[in-house]
Amino acid sequence: MSLEYTLRLADDALILGHRLSEWCGHGPILEQDIALTNTSLDHLGRARSLFQYAAEQFNNLPENEKKTAVTSVAIQNLVNTGNTLDEDDMAFLRDGWDFRNVLLVEQPNNDWAYTVARALYYDAFAFYFFSALQNSKETTLAAIAEKSLKEVTYHLRWSSEWVVRLGDGTEESRERMQTALNELWSFTGELFNMSDAEKEAALSGIGVDLASLQPKWMERIASVLQEATLEVPKGTWMQEGGKHGRHTEHLGYILAEMQFMQRTYPGMEW
Amino acid sequence: MTVHSFQEHFDSLIDREIAIEPKDWMPDDYRKTLIRQISQHAHSEIIGMLPEGNWITRAPSLRRKAVLLAKVQDEAGHGLYLYSAAETLGISRDEMYDQLHTGKAKYSSIFNYPTLTWADMGAIGWLVDGAAIMNQVPLCRTSYGPYARAMVRVCKEESFHQRQGFEIMLTLSKGSEVQRKMAQDALNRWWWPSLMMFGPPDAESPNTESSVRWRIKRFTNDELRQKFVDVTVEQAKVLGLEIPDKDLKWNEERGHYDFGKINWAEFYNVIKGNGPCNKQRLDARRKAWEDGQWVRDAAMAHAAKRKERSATKAA
Repeated sequence: MSLEYTLRLADDALILGHRLSEWCGHGPILEQDIALTNTSLDHLGRARSLFQYAAEQFNNLPENEKKTAVTSVAIQNLVNTGNTLDEDDMAFLRDGWDFRNVLLVEQPNNDWAYTVARALYYDAFAFYFFSALQNSKETTLAAIAEKSLKEVTYHLRWSSEWVVRLGDGTEESRERMQTALNELWSFTGELFNMSDAEKEAALSGIGVDLASLQPKWMERIASVLQEATLEVPKGTWMQEGGKHGRHTEHLGYILAEMQFMQRTYPGMEW
Repeated sequence: MTVHSFQEHFDSLIDREIAIEPKDWMPDDYRKTLIRQISQHAHSEIIGMLPEGNWITRAPSLRRKAVLLAKVQDEAGHGLYLYSAAETLGISRDEMYDQLHTGKAKYSSIFNYPTLTWADMGAIGWLVDGAAIMNQVPLCRTSYGPYARAMVRVCKEESFHQRQGFEIMLTLSKGSEVQRKMAQDALNRWWWPSLMMFGPPDAESPNTESSVRWRIKRFTNDELRQKFVDVTVEQAKVLGLEIPDKDLKWNEERGHYDFGKINWAEFYNVIKGNGPCNKQRLDARRKAWEDGQWVRDAAMAHAAKRKERSATKAA
């Protein structure tokens, strides 16, 4: 179960980092292109640390559990031929249903407002999450949390400032910002809905009790939106499924692109 | 001072190798030449982000992905310092962007070639950054101070990129058959365009003479091209790859490699806009600029509101 928890965290980082990397070279302002690439690199760096840890956890599983922990054909081929897994196998050889990221992070960039809205929702969550995960009994996760918190603190400042700038900017930017916040709102509930792996991790002192983060998150979002002269979205229906491997249609395309080299040319060093 | 004595003072700074600084008097042609060259260089960095950015989402390992992202980010950073250096000469970044978007300003033609396989990330680092370094190292001592200082930083990072590119090629060349094929294919496609990066032959280069006089340029196009060939041929041997030039031969007497005729018709054709990706590259930049307009407007409007509010508070 601990492996599933690690993958759950790694997948958020990988997929969000991927989405942000799509902006590289296409940003609205050169300085912001650089800033967003930095953030993308932070997420990718965290994904790597977590995938390395996940690979280690996988390699230490009893043989029979290796057959069921990750079911993709490509991973099973490696297991059946006696190979150990590494960070790249975890990122590039698992199938869509093996991915445990929340639906929010796989949503497309669309425009600067959507990118900033997604970032605010996620960064505010990540800020409280990593603050708590620093106390994890798993020293590897606690160390990753400590490093991530420094990065995420900066990310949250960046996304909050942009929401304020766009909300309290022009008529057009205000409308676009509010629309993006409304459209992505239904993906925020899943952040706090605990999967079995997350419940177990929280109970055993490895993970974080997500329900306890929600009021702080809500308060933070409300305060940023107030400064931005925007409304907190009112929708109550929340989409979910990512934590159980049921994704939106977007993930398939992300993986088709991201995994193409490893799938087309298997077993090579790059 | 009269214009004549301004000119004498300027010439004497140049002759004594003392850097020209933004507030110094300078001849109009010197200023124009520098604006053209520095802005072209800045545009090349920004357009250059696109062919490599093309592989970020498809990089074959997480480590390569991180290195490539960081590299493309470095290019954005180079663009930023170069635009700033050009701004000291009295042109704004927006004016320079406008020149790029309307096709008035040029950028390095090499970026009008497509990146078709992962090996192109290796070939660009090895050859294109390698050629750029040959062109750019002498610019660290160029006569205009802000440009020279920007180039010191750019060159440090470029040489790092060049090593990363070579390392990608080395990994491919030690890999499987398909990886070696990929590496050779990339070399075949990037070799000649890389030689063209040094510009037209000296005899046909309109800007060389005054640029050398002003120490904006310290070696001619042909000198640098020869140096690049001599160094790169040896590196290709380490990789076990074949340079796609049947006329390539060591010339004992000259102490240099002789190489085949460059297809200058292709070079001029790509400059004219007919390269495989000229349209896509410019379209991508224009789209980023136009799609970003409302974002920049919002940022300006918000800054103005803030300023107004703090003025009201103070009053």
